[in-house]
Amino acid sequence: MPSAETLAEARRSLEICNACRYCEGFCAVFPAMERRRAFSDGELEYLAHLCHNCRGCYFACQYAPPHPFNLTLPRVFAELRLEGVAERARPPALRRLFARNGLAAALGLAGAIAVVFLLTALFAGPEALFGVHPVRPGSYYEVIPHALLAWPVGLVAVAALVAIGLGLVDFWRGCGTALHTPLRATGAALAALGDVLTLRNLGGGGHGCNDIDEAFSTTRRRLHHFLFYGFLLGILATTLAWIESLLGHPTPYPFFSAPVLAGTASGAAMLIGAGGMLWLHLAADPAPSAPGQLAPDLAMLGLLAAAAASGLLLLALRATSAMGTMLAIHLGCVLALFALAPYSRLAHGLYRAAALWRNALEARAGKGR
Amino acid sequence: MVDLSKLYDVLVVGGGNAALCAAITAREAGASVLLLEAAPRAFRGGNSRHTRNLRVQHDAPAGVLTEAYPEAEYWDDLKRVTAGQTDESLARMTIRASGPAQAWAGAHGVVFQPSLAGTLSLGRTNAFFLGGGKALVNAYYRTAARLGVDILYDTEATHLALREEEVGEVTLTSRGFPATARGKAVVVASGGFQSNLAWLGEYWGEAAQNFRIRGTPYNRGRVLRDLLDQGVAAVGDPTQCHAVAIDARAPAFDGGICTRLDCVPFGVVVNREGRRFYDEGEDVWPKRYAIWGRLVAQQPGQIAWCLIDSKATSLFMPSVFPALTAPTLGALAAQLGLAPDAVDSTVAAFNAAVRPGAFDGTKLDGCRTEGLDPPKTHWARPLDTPPFFAYPLRPGITFTYLGVQVDADARVHMESGTPCRNLFAAGEIMAGSILGRGYLAGFGMTIGTTFGRIAGREAARHALG
Ligand SMILES: Cc1cc2nc3c(=O)[nH]c(=O)nc-3n(C[C@H](O)[C@H](O)[C@H](O)COP(=O)(O)OP(=O)(O)OC[C@H]3O[C@@H](n4cnc5c(N)ncnc54)[C@H](O)[C@@H]3O)c2cc1C
Ligand code: SF4
Ligand code: SF4
Repeated sequence: MPSAETLAEARRSLEICNACRYCEGFCAVFPAMERRRAFSDGELEYLAHLCHNCRGCYFACQYAPPHPFNLTLPRVFAELRLEGVAERARPPALRRLFARNGLAAALGLAGAIAVVFLLTALFAGPEALFGVHPVRPGSYYEVIPHALLAWPVGLVAVAALVAIGLGLVDFWRGCGTALHTPLRATGAALAALGDVLTLRNLGGGGHGCNDIDEAFSTTRRRLHHFLFYGFLLGILATTLAWIESLLGHPTPYPFFSAPVLAGTASGAAMLIGAGGMLWLHLAADPAPSAPGQLAPDLAMLGLLAAAAASGLLLLALRATSAMGTMLAIHLGCVLALFALAPYSRLAHGLYRAAALWRNALEARAGKGR
Repeated sequence: MVDLSKLYDVLVVGGGNAALCAAITAREAGASVLLLEAAPRAFRGGNSRHTRNLRVQHDAPAGVLTEAYPEAEYWDDLKRVTAGQTDESLARMTIRASGPAQAWAGAHGVVFQPSLAGTLSLGRTNAFFLGGGKALVNAYYRTAARLGVDILYDTEATHLALREEEVGEVTLTSRGFPATARGKAVVVASGGFQSNLAWLGEYWGEAAQNFRIRGTPYNRGRVLRDLLDQGVAAVGDPTQCHAVAIDARAPAFDGGICTRLDCVPFGVVVNREGRRFYDEGEDVWPKRYAIWGRLVAQQPGQIAWCLIDSKATSLFMPSVFPALTAPTLGALAAQLGLAPDAVDSTVAAFNAAVRPGAFDGTKLDGCRTEGLDPPKTHWARPLDTPPFFAYPLRPGITFTYLGVQVDADARVHMESGTPCRNLFAAGEIMAGSILGRGYLAGFGMTIGTTFGRIAGREAARHALG
């Protein structure tokens, strides 16, 4: 649960909005808000995840500070998301270590890389790490044995998914929409999936978002597309590589193979997306942002960019003596990404998908709880 | 770059919708333009930043507008609400220009959306601004800046030196310091005087201190008074203002739309003495919304309370402040500082007078009282289901009607009838010419956009020769 103060501020804000409604056309939050007159804690969190932080309702708000009503809806929603996701992430000890702290994210990354390096050195010796390996099937495993590569990554990924999953279930229960009939639930899920895949809401329905200031633009949507699809392509590349290795073809693969092409596209897209979003974060008017969000966002975007860049470099340098180092760094980044996922912005995609699903269900049900 | 030593082609006094339309139009015509806004940047945009739509004539469905709203119907609506206090030729010109006004707004950055939920009755006649009036104002300021209009915030015009029908120097207080500005032509678009409580007090006495001003605190009528004192012709009843009943807990200024209360038709409204004073169910709320400001202003202490019971809590739009509540009417009255006996007996008399009927909150349902003075002619149901709720009401002033007289070129006229050579007016400051009383939702922005564009065009034409 987010803190009582944040929930109270969100409730106060939405009570003003529900009496005003001028922002109704910006996004799905306002029609969903209008289906209610009072807001439970769970519903507040649901609305917060329905918000895609376009900031339109801050720049358009006649009650934004210095008006005495002091209303900044995007900020209170961001705080709610930040606190809610962090508080739900398990285990609590790790959460405390990572949550809300860009520094922790960076430390996690460094730690993961160090561990990979250490293990590599332990098991293969420095010649393996710094030697030149011909690019041939299995050469990566000469640096880092397959078991050492697959197991930690697999375990951390599963642990991350479980941690996010538990939080999600908790979130879903908190906002309490019935699934109605299986048919309706499926229809709504498909609608939500469509929203997720097209990032439809992120365009504000065409005119774009207030990426930086009062001007509307679609830059953030496009950058987010790059990042999102780059990330999906990365997962695709990993899956393809995994299938190939199950079929008895260990990495690395030639450039013109499905896993490497997907991986290269993924790296390039993520670099553009993460780099662009980093720039947007720094250029944007900070007034409607949650101050606590900036550091973890920058850390996460930096990590995504580092994972992408190190993957591309690994490809470029795999025939040189830098291969071992690049491999270790790339694996370190990927490991850190997975490890931090439940406590970072990476989890927001799943929460948002859940909120969109719920919204589609509500819209289908006509109205109300 | 703002340069106060420079002779601008056009000075625009004000920073709301009308001023921005004038500044952009004049700049596009090639004039150098300086816009003077009394408010600091954060509060720029006058009452325009609180608006949500403008009223548009159209003969077929167009964009966000449904069906048709022909000139004849628009004119009939205007004639009805103003009870004839309008200038037919200016009014018809404005109505005909409303379609082009919306198109112009769209071309200068304003995004439109269909009518908001709960205002479906306006979907045919009014085009809504995506994000409301502040989004519109933001869009216009961006456009103006891109075109090269110079903008000075926190700068109030205090005097326009008018000599032989011609404005010379304009005296300013800019960021707290005295200054002057000069323009070959001047457009005044500085709104009404409703934020000047002392001026309202000239007509309303002490009562004005209990008024809440729904919009900007910067429309103090400084320029209006200055021009009238120099012999400019006045229009509109100086004693009148558009007033609605809003939540008494609203801030003194700038409470805007969210302080509005729509509960009156479903409740019993009592004054400080605990007595009813008007038929709460006279007509559907949008038609009666605007008379309740005056009704409350006429009550002792300019305050009243709308009492409802649990049956009615979700029949109207939610409002920004929570209702006060208590398990019994007596306890509620005590909480409000009213005499419990008086409230009890008013409600008892009301409950006894209610005739049975089929309640329907969505239309005139004929559920009424009998033998009660004043009666309640619709939606009358006994107040009998605890807990009970109360919303405090005060008069919320939207705008004043007094203004300067203009012709079809937005040129300001002197009392003598001669037009000023280089002085133009747009928006609320001249709206009294067309809207002498009453109100038509969305017409303020239509007048401002239309006359802003005319004033900008004519001012540029005058300046550029
Ligand atoms: C809550 C609310 C909701 C409304 N909703 C609607 C609606 O939906 N549709 C509609 O058509 N109308 C609506 N109205 C009415 C509408 O606001 C006005 O008709 C319209 O905004 C008038 O525009 P304007 O440019 O003339 O004045 P304003 O927008 O009020 O602008 C006046 C400007 O002049 C500046 N100013 C004042 N004095 C000076 C000075 N001495 N020197 C320099 N600058 C000065 C002010 O700071 C301000 O920027 C609403 C009004 C309120 C209060
Ligand atoms: S953010 Fe402001 S303008 Fe938008 S609906 Fe809420 S109160 Fe109204
Ligand atoms: S920031 Fe954008 S998405 Fe979020 S509530 Fe406001 S308008 Fe909707």
